[in-house]
Amino acid sequence: MSVTSVCLELGASLGHVQDGSYDSRGLFKDWDWFGREGLWGFVGMALSLAIIVGVCSVVPILFVWVERRGSGRIHQRKGPNRVGPFGLLQTLADGIKLMFKEDIIPANASRFLFMIAPGLVLAGVFAAFALLPLSSTGVIVDAPLGIYIIAAVLSLEVIGVIMAGWASNNKWAILGAMREAAQMISYEVPMGLCILLAIICHDGELSLRAMSENQAGGFLNVGNWLIFSNPLFAFPAFVIFFIACLANTKRAPFDLPEAESELVSGFHTEYSGIRFSFFFLEEYASMFLVSAVTVMMFLGGWNIPFVPGEMLTGGFVGEVLAIGSTLVKTFFLVWVMIWVRWTLPRIRVDQVMTLCYKYLTPLAFLCLLGSCFWEA
Amino acid sequence: MSEYIGVAVMFVMAGGIAALMVLLASTLGKKNPTPEKLAPFECGQEPFSLPMGRLAVKFYLTAILFILFDVELVFLYPWAVVFGELGTLGLIEMGIFLGVLMIGFVYAWDNGALDWK
Repeated sequence: MSVTSVCLELGASLGHVQDGSYDSRGLFKDWDWFGREGLWGFVGMALSLAIIVGVCSVVPILFVWVERRGSGRIHQRKGPNRVGPFGLLQTLADGIKLMFKEDIIPANASRFLFMIAPGLVLAGVFAAFALLPLSSTGVIVDAPLGIYIIAAVLSLEVIGVIMAGWASNNKWAILGAMREAAQMISYEVPMGLCILLAIICHDGELSLRAMSENQAGGFLNVGNWLIFSNPLFAFPAFVIFFIACLANTKRAPFDLPEAESELVSGFHTEYSGIRFSFFFLEEYASMFLVSAVTVMMFLGGWNIPFVPGEMLTGGFVGEVLAIGSTLVKTFFLVWVMIWVRWTLPRIRVDQVMTLCYKYLTPLAFLCLLGSCFWEA
Repeated sequence: MSEYIGVAVMFVMAGGIAALMVLLASTLGKKNPTPEKLAPFECGQEPFSLPMGRLAVKFYLTAILFILFDVELVFLYPWAVVFGELGTLGLIEMGIFLGVLMIGFVYAWDNGALDWK
């Protein structure tokens, strides 16, 4: 094989992924605008989309409750416990309250950018949800380029945040936005290296569904989970990826963009009412998203011990079980994020950048190279 | 390819819901703007100056570093997809490519570009 052929192969490879051999199972597989079934096909599609959007909005609301109750437990206090059973409806009540708040746009803000920024941030995360498989058929867009597009769509968020900070025309906001941008683009490097590691270990699959199916089998249906099948390199990569996810979702100890003690509230200082709640919702939605991606790549996707992998990818019971196990694993990772937030103090901004460039990037790089030899 | 429409549909739907909520909020919420309320938040003081202007150079440095690494990552994606088929030669070639990039990384580190100060 000559050098030229390697180059050609490389160029064509992303085309290979697209050449139609991929057996797609997404909701939009046979999408042909208003469908063969006419109006009803369209209505069915709209309904299933509405259900998924509904679930995507309820899950962050649940996480807000978990965070407030969990932080209460960690602080040895009770947390919200009056609205609904165990305070479950507290977040909903807060949302309704925010609806009735005055919609303030500061006098010297750039009105247009100020108004669309929260919507852009929220829509970016929700668009990425379309690509997230919860089971082998429970996915809206089962794209062969899966993780590649998720990474691309997720980085839309940083544009919205800079837009918000810049448009606010406030010192705190713009400092927070710049920090956020610096932090997010820096942590995309170790994150991307870990994604590459996962792609290599899963035989060049970019689709999260294919990655998850690839992890079936092995000892007790656990042995093929990436962190167990390649413990020397994939396990550190999993830890690095999770840390990078924390930084990418602006979670403590990396919440410098909104550090209350120095920047008031960072890039959303000037936001109030419902627009503020979009930033809030987006944070929890992206926590769920990155945790689910971690589960799909490293923690065996929907595979659980003692249940054969084939059972989880076929039949109604298997599907339900698969969705359940994905959600349980994802919720666990989200809980770890919450746990970390209320346990560790915030680190300094220079420490954030040093950790990324001087520790995580070289380490992720070594893991990637090691995995190349492990797999070769 | 048409599948990817789904991502756009989700994007538009989420944007639409957001717009709807904002619309609802701006109808339901009362409107009582006062000059103090519309001033930039500055702990109750009149702001000295507006932030439009110069920013610390370290942010630009970070952006340049990002370009270095992200181009590297984008080039690595197609390689990772066909990694199994390329075999040893592909590994060696990518090793050379990464080696050159690593020289840049070490140079940046040595020059203190990675220090946040």
